[in-house]
Amino acid sequence: MPNSGTQHTVKAFDTDINELRGMVAEIGGRSEQAIAKAMRALQKADLKLAEEVVKEDKLIDDLERRIDELTFQTIALRAPMADDLRELIATFKISGVVERIGDYAKNIAKRVPVLAEGKKLGPVSLLPSMSQVASELVHDSLEAFARRDAALAEDVSERDQVVDDFYTSIFRATITHMIENPKDIGQAAHVLFIAKNLERIGDHATNVAEMVYFASTGEQMPERDRGENPADILADPKQDGSE
Amino acid sequence: MNDMVSADIKGNEKLVSPDDPHQVVAGDGPPKMTTRNVDVYYGEKQAIDNVSIDVNLDNVTAFIGPSGCGKSTFLRCLNRMNDTIPIAKVSGDIKLEGEDIYAPQMDVVQLRARVGMVFQKPNPFPKSIYDNIAYGPRIHGLASNKDELEHIVETSLQRAGLWNEVKDRLQDSGTALSGGQQQRLCIARAIAVDPEVILMDEPCSALDPIATAKIEELIHEIRGKYAIVIVTHNMQQAARVSQRTAFFHLGTLVEYGVTTDIFTNPTEERTRDYITGRYG
Repeated sequence: MPNSGTQHTVKAFDTDINELRGMVAEIGGRSEQAIAKAMRALQKADLKLAEEVVKEDKLIDDLERRIDELTFQTIALRAPMADDLRELIATFKISGVVERIGDYAKNIAKRVPVLAEGKKLGPVSLLPSMSQVASELVHDSLEAFARRDAALAEDVSERDQVVDDFYTSIFRATITHMIENPKDIGQAAHVLFIAKNLERIGDHATNVAEMVYFASTGEQMPERDRGENPADILADPKQDGSE
Repeated sequence: MNDMVSADIKGNEKLVSPDDPHQVVAGDGPPKMTTRNVDVYYGEKQAIDNVSIDVNLDNVTAFIGPSGCGKSTFLRCLNRMNDTIPIAKVSGDIKLEGEDIYAPQMDVVQLRARVGMVFQKPNPFPKSIYDNIAYGPRIHGLASNKDELEHIVETSLQRAGLWNEVKDRLQDSGTALSGGQQQRLCIARAIAVDPEVILMDEPCSALDPIATAKIEELIHEIRGKYAIVIVTHNMQQAARVSQRTAFFHLGTLVEYGVTTDIFTNPTEERTRDYITGRYG
């Protein structure tokens, strides 16, 4: 049963919970921004902006630590039950997951100097659209948390398939490019890692959505079907697209 | 301890439908006591409204709810303690092993030996520790000689986890013990007459946390030997000691189900508001 929004008799409990919600919104906003900045730095070959993303990741790490401390403290002092307990456990897990999303953005930013040097590879052109979708998933999963919206959480989980599909096509295009242009392999590997980072960001947004669903309903979100696995493409080219 | 509890409950579907909180919940194993459509009036005022609950041997059943919700009133119906209140009127079916406990032929003294009770404030007799335990078996004729009586006293004190603390001073007064020891003495006294059900009405609210933990451990130890029903204001305690929880509000049974479900994902809004501290 979702939170009724009624206040606790002990008001300090509400203060703690509201402070945590604020911090989760902030860590979410900062990671979204980190993804956007890293991608802008990549597109414009802006090394300064990339540097900024790396630096600002410390703020995200700090926020995660503060969220964990306050969650831990609130569980110890307030002995929460039912939806309160579920929300605090979700908050604790979400902070860790969102911090990882920040790390992936930082990792993209770190690859900017290498990619800024050479010529632009074809598959790179798909990355901005992919990052746009991944970013929206992060945004919507945290919006679902703020609104205790299980339906939006499910929607996020379903839309992760779009990011996965992007990854599969970038993977395929990059491998083809590597075969045809062995001298670009170094650069292409970086493109692959960036695509993989974005794909992981989508997965983490789905993890957030699953926790929101649990916090809101008390049940686990039903598993969705996974699409094509890029490992299968490499293992047996004949199976290409057959799944 | 936790493993045992979860093993018991695992696989059980949510046992009560949200539409019908009065629906009887099946426990693990046959019910020791069954209650159906119980109403209690104090004069004109209705204190319990159409409550049906089963109690069985394998599960500790906790009654929770705000003051005045009827949980103690309902508990007192289970061994006819409400008979002592002239204006109290109980209707509905309450059965112990299929026997109607409100039937005219029911011997109330015998019933209260079968359904023992422990109260909020420890109330040992102003007698020796030995006599506190021996009193019940003596009047119910459970021991034919001194050796048997001594055996009952010893095993009762052992089951109540008190034997090692008092074995060298059985002739000391029961009232000289600490509060927690007195409460365990009262539990030993209830156990001594070999009851089938033990009712506990706020058994720890006058005790410190260590004494409380000892009582909770004791409840865990004797579960399965006796059907246990506990009324508690302390929700953490209900969560810790029980496998089934019933939430009462304004004389009605709002929700009854598996304790882990009630405390992690209750079905009813009123239950949720109460256990999360939003009530009122």
